[in-house]
Amino acid sequence: MTETTWFDTLIQVLIIVAQSLALLVGLLIIVAYVLLADRKIWAAVQLRRGPNVVGPFGLFQSFADLIKFVLKEPVIPDGANKGVFLLAPFVTCLLALAAWAVVPIDAGWVVADINVGVLYIFAISSLGVYGTIMAGWASNSKYPFLSALRAAAQMVSYEVSIGFVIVTVLLCAGSLNLSAIVEAQNTSWGILGWYWLPLFPMFVIFFISALAETNRPPFDLGEAESELVAGFMVEYGSTPYMMFMLGEYVAIMTMCALTAILFMGGWLPPVPIAPFTWVPGIVWFLLKVLLVFFMFAMVKAMVPRYRYDQLMRLGWKVFLPISLAMVVIVASVLHFTGLAAAGG
Amino acid sequence: MSLAALFFYLFAGVAVASAFMVIASRNPVHSVLFLILTFVNASGLFILIGAEYIAMLLIVVYVGAVAVLFLFVVMMLDVDFVELRQGFLQYLPVGVLIGMVFLAELVLVVGSWTFGAGVTGAVTSAAPGVSNAVAIGRVLYTDYVYFFQAAGFILLVAMIGAIVLTLRHKENVKRQSIPVQNARTKAMAIDVVKVPSGKGL
Repeated sequence: MTETTWFDTLIQVLIIVAQSLALLVGLLIIVAYVLLADRKIWAAVQLRRGPNVVGPFGLFQSFADLIKFVLKEPVIPDGANKGVFLLAPFVTCLLALAAWAVVPIDAGWVVADINVGVLYIFAISSLGVYGTIMAGWASNSKYPFLSALRAAAQMVSYEVSIGFVIVTVLLCAGSLNLSAIVEAQNTSWGILGWYWLPLFPMFVIFFISALAETNRPPFDLGEAESELVAGFMVEYGSTPYMMFMLGEYVAIMTMCALTAILFMGGWLPPVPIAPFTWVPGIVWFLLKVLLVFFMFAMVKAMVPRYRYDQLMRLGWKVFLPISLAMVVIVASVLHFTGLAAAGG
Repeated sequence: MSLAALFFYLFAGVAVASAFMVIASRNPVHSVLFLILTFVNASGLFILIGAEYIAMLLIVVYVGAVAVLFLFVVMMLDVDFVELRQGFLQYLPVGVLIGMVFLAELVLVVGSWTFGAGVTGAVTSAAPGVSNAVAIGRVLYTDYVYFFQAAGFILLVAMIGAIVLTLRHKENVKRQSIPVQNARTKAMAIDVVKVPSGKGL
């Protein structure tokens, strides 16, 4: 009896480990090419070629970078707080990867199908600020410290409006489970039934807040090179630096995936008729994630950097009131039109 | 010992150890980081008893917001660590004494606690098929709505109080007014001057 339960537990654990490994390997390969795509898109907008030397069209550039970073010597500054200094990149990287545990990439394709999936992602992304703060403080240097204060204030501010945007989606879907949110958008209307259309203002606010939350341009004030050199990463080199970059891009992919799930119907086909429904859901999901990432990259290439006070004003005086009002409006509409989801 | 028990001892052990390190570590920033570790492990314990909603809220509120503010404040303090270390050893007996008094009180109160016959019967496990969030929502906004609103008002008053106490407009500080900036037109900003060559303005 005990032996079988032990055996069952072991099998369960092994299955979860295998699933996680498959997800992580896929995710990291995608991140490697997304990083390249980011540089290529940025270059194309500025009429440059971007990385084009390593492999055909520069396709192996990210792997060359990986080997370069790993083979370099990690330098720890003399005055740095050594433990926290080395812990910070791990925290950033691990938290970014941990968020993917609850992301459904197809119907039923999710490592942990938990009831509070949205809250889990929200909690994990709110922890992401610690990597930044710890790096800035432990470096024992002025630029990283200023940058950490800035980046932390920025991430905390935009989390508030992201929270309210998510609440409106939850009100419409009636569940905190990410798979259930996607299923709630599964109507005969196809692309017109997804939440980006009825909640369009929230979609825009979510997209912009996601840029600020992940410290992407035009809100990359934590690492504004004209003011702060490289921000909280000034003192980092080699593998720890690479882990920051990896964590940053994985966090960006998480936000893209969250946008795809909350507003663009996750794995659902845009038109629910025959030729489109034959395509596996994971392909639709990936296409949507990459589309959102393309928008991220285009914003980076086109929009000039915000000033810090403008950024704070946008977060607290524009987005927060609008999203708060929209929570009330959406809730009222759902209540008085009787469209409210049953709940549970 | 099942997997859940294994994780219970892991979370509980790390929580207790890191709670001790909060008061024992010499560097206040390390203390805050250990405090965060304690919170995270406490939320792991909540997950083990099936209260996943509270577990996530604990992380979002305490770790994601409150501890960030702690860390902000502590980071910017300029503290003499040697002095702190001396203070810790000096006050340790007093702290231990107070802790023992609290422990004794807790043991006396909890040890003599008996549940009425009706209470034990009324405690039920969560209704099947109802998630935590739904279960909390059903009672929070119906049976306990006035308490909920009262808590909200208290927080609002606290927030307004904090703003009133700290808000001050310094003179001689250059401030940017976005409406004024946006209200500028081409006519107000640009003055086209035809300068005859060789004369200057």
